[in-house]
Amino acid sequence: MMTLKVNGQDHQVDADPDTPLLYVLRDDLKLNAAKFGCGLGQCGSCTVIVDGKAVLSCVTPLLLLEGKKVTTLEGLGSIEAPAPIQRAFIEEQAAQCGYCIAGMMMRAQALLQRNPKPTDEQIRAELEINLCRCGTHMRILRAVHRAGRLMQTADASPAKGSIQEGSIQGSMP
Amino acid sequence: MNGPVSLNRRSVLAGGGALIVSFSLRGAFAQDQSAPPAPKPPGSLAQTPFLDSWLRIDADGAITAFTGKAELGQGFKTAFQQIAAEELDVPFESVNVVTADTSRTANEGYTSGSNSMKNSGTAVQNAAAQVRELLVAQAARRLDLPVEALKTGGGAVIAPDGRRLGYGELVAGEMFHVQAQPKSRLKDPATYQVMGRPVPRVDIPAKVTGGAAYIQDMRLSGMVHARVVRPPGYGAELIGYDAAAIEKMPGVVRIVRDGNFLAVVAGKEYQAVKAMVALAAAAKWRETARLPKQDDLPGVLTGLPSEDTTIYQQSDPSAVVAALTIEATFTRPYQAHGSIGPSCAVAQWLDDRMTVWSHTQGVYPDRAGIAEMLRVPPASVRLIHVEGSGCYGHNGADDAAADAALIARALPGVPVRLQWMREQEHAWEPFGPAMVTRLKASLDGDGAISDWNFEVWSNTHSMRPGGAGAMLAAQHIAQPFAPPAPKPLPLPDGGGDRNAIPIYKFPNAKVVHHFIPAMPLRISALRALGAYHNVFSAESFMDELAAAAGADPVEFRLKHLDDRRGRDAIEKAAQAFGWRKGQKAPPGRGYGFAFARYKNHAAYCAIASEVEVNRQTGRARLIRAVAAVDSGQVVNPDGLVNQIEGAILQSMSWTLYESVTFDDTRITSIDWQTYPILRFDAVPEKVDVHIINRPGQPFLGSGETGQGPAAASIANAIASATGKRLRDLPLTRKRIKDAIDA
Repeated sequence: MMTLKVNGQDHQVDADPDTPLLYVLRDDLKLNAAKFGCGLGQCGSCTVIVDGKAVLSCVTPLLLLEGKKVTTLEGLGSIEAPAPIQRAFIEEQAAQCGYCIAGMMMRAQALLQRNPKPTDEQIRAELEINLCRCGTHMRILRAVHRAGRLMQTADASPAKGSIQEGSIQGSMP
Repeated sequence: MNGPVSLNRRSVLAGGGALIVSFSLRGAFAQDQSAPPAPKPPGSLAQTPFLDSWLRIDADGAITAFTGKAELGQGFKTAFQQIAAEELDVPFESVNVVTADTSRTANEGYTSGSNSMKNSGTAVQNAAAQVRELLVAQAARRLDLPVEALKTGGGAVIAPDGRRLGYGELVAGEMFHVQAQPKSRLKDPATYQVMGRPVPRVDIPAKVTGGAAYIQDMRLSGMVHARVVRPPGYGAELIGYDAAAIEKMPGVVRIVRDGNFLAVVAGKEYQAVKAMVALAAAAKWRETARLPKQDDLPGVLTGLPSEDTTIYQQSDPSAVVAALTIEATFTRPYQAHGSIGPSCAVAQWLDDRMTVWSHTQGVYPDRAGIAEMLRVPPASVRLIHVEGSGCYGHNGADDAAADAALIARALPGVPVRLQWMREQEHAWEPFGPAMVTRLKASLDGDGAISDWNFEVWSNTHSMRPGGAGAMLAAQHIAQPFAPPAPKPLPLPDGGGDRNAIPIYKFPNAKVVHHFIPAMPLRISALRALGAYHNVFSAESFMDELAAAAGADPVEFRLKHLDDRRGRDAIEKAAQAFGWRKGQKAPPGRGYGFAFARYKNHAAYCAIASEVEVNRQTGRARLIRAVAAVDSGQVVNPDGLVNQIEGAILQSMSWTLYESVTFDDTRITSIDWQTYPILRFDAVPEKVDVHIINRPGQPFLGSGETGQGPAAASIANAIASATGKRLRDLPLTRKRIKDAIDA
């Protein structure tokens, strides 16, 4: 039995110490956001934040996490009260299948926490490890820029639900 | 079955609603009574004509729309909801959409071929319009007013004096259990409130907040976790394994073996993974070296026996004698779907009935295959679609469903969740087929194409289930099912010959399809099927011919194209890109252009691109792309833009980087290191998509239309940047560098 701090809460976890964090999050704690993509640290769909840094949870064993703070996408906000980065991804409609998106958002969140105004190049470099197969990259980049702006506004409280049509990019005659 | 008026005894007895049906239809469709072969209603209504197969309105006014198609991440569910809301004249939010489920929805085959909007979208559009008419007619009777005096809005029928009757109040008995009529009174597109607007996708909020959005997120009570141990290569036979040590591992519930099918079940997911690793290490296999030589794939393919068909011939002997003739051969390797989430399924065998939750593209064909494999009647199997990771065609979804079903039968009552590992998805998914095309064309003295010859060598592009033999588990069990004999997919859609017939007008043309039955690697449908390679070939060759004629590529295409909508798409893309005849790109860069109408009868797409090539390394990078797309009446413009943006980036990845690798025994591209795809450093600076909306015109779909034009546009830009023409996909850094140095 080990104590694991996830999204601000302590959990008693009964799993072998070599169990990758991803399986503990999904199987023991019933959290959905971190996804199994490769189990090899090659695709980033399992990305979570540990003590402020983006970490590949599929190759991070439980035994390394004693006393550390784990944050998953669920810990940032909810469907009722989305965090700035969640609002940004909704407003930019930055998903197709969306399977990679939680990992993208967590890596971007870690970047924005240490650098609130990243350049396009810095965002690309940071997200290099994360794969998207649907080709949603342009929207992901836009969403990360938007999230940075939202996080800086004094009142980043969610404007519930609806998004403005004007926020949708792309040319529509 | 498709008589103009269908009133059965039940619906007559059900009351007023049904009586109004006969009233409302007699006037409107009287002329159809005399026509002996009644025209079919549009879209999938032709196969599933009863309105209540598509729409249900409850007494409390709740509205449910049903579709046999599946949400694959393409945004279909949102678009479908828009269509239903629009024609019912209700707010978008008041419609709930139920997708593919063999117990609840129509059999619409596969969600494939960019056909969802055309088939299912058209069906619900017409069904909704006819349901709305039935409701208005019912209200007219209740209010004793003429139909023409009534309006609809906000889920109610409204009288001139302001009286309102909610849809729920108007529904009576089996009022909608009537067959659809061939024609509907559809709304005037100018009055659309919901369609044609960029309504935000209904699935995205859950996906970005950690909601249960995917089959991978299913957690049934008492559920156990399974992993398969796949053979190391095609045709490998399981000699044996030592089970004792593995059965003692923590959490292990059962090892399931049936012939060459091997799996392990455990209480927790990572226990199953560890047991799988141990079992894979313990298993001994007899392998056979039977894969072809990868280095000579085009030679292997064209050397295999083929069934040759001339699928198109146009002959005009009066056309001027050729002034110049050129030839070229283009090749494509096997390419992977490469879903980011490996395939997954949940199955439960309970009271002699099997329920399978799957991200399959076809719940009904999958049910047939699984029932055959389990040797039970189809009626005792239920397939429910649950969204998975994007599939882009026939990936491992159906195989995972069969795996889960086979394992679940060994554990009666227990829900089993099965997920593939990365290496399994990469090695065992059915790949997009390798292809070869040979083109030969002549220019006349005026620089026009006088003769066009196009030959394509290809496998089929669909080995999807229907029968059990299409699924790995059924092939691997002790009493196996053989894979079905491959068939070429019929035109006009085609498979290997999809888009092989030119859309341009040439006085002489011949297209031959060399269909290759033998399949050295496991293959099936990958987004756009043969159109990806055929459009890459034809549109590359058009540029070669334009260069030979000394013509501008855009002007050269327009010169050979009569189709007005096609011309509009080309002109829009060229204008938005800033394409000018004879203009030079900055040093190290090139401009490229390409166009196709998907399947020659679906959406139009033209793409202009700017590519930068590093002459020292051979690295090509798409800098910007501008697309114009005409998909008929637009339902969700942002969804359409999203599809085309995705098509451009995914096709760029296929085109620049991707090929399945193998030795004589095993697939060797088994993860993202050995099968590299697009990463962020190669993402363009800008992608613009321009929609040419066609109000009131049929939906043409959009999921696959961009794949071919994107590939050719990039290839043409590389040729423009380097002066070298590359014809073998993928256009890798090494191939570009070798061409520059040659």
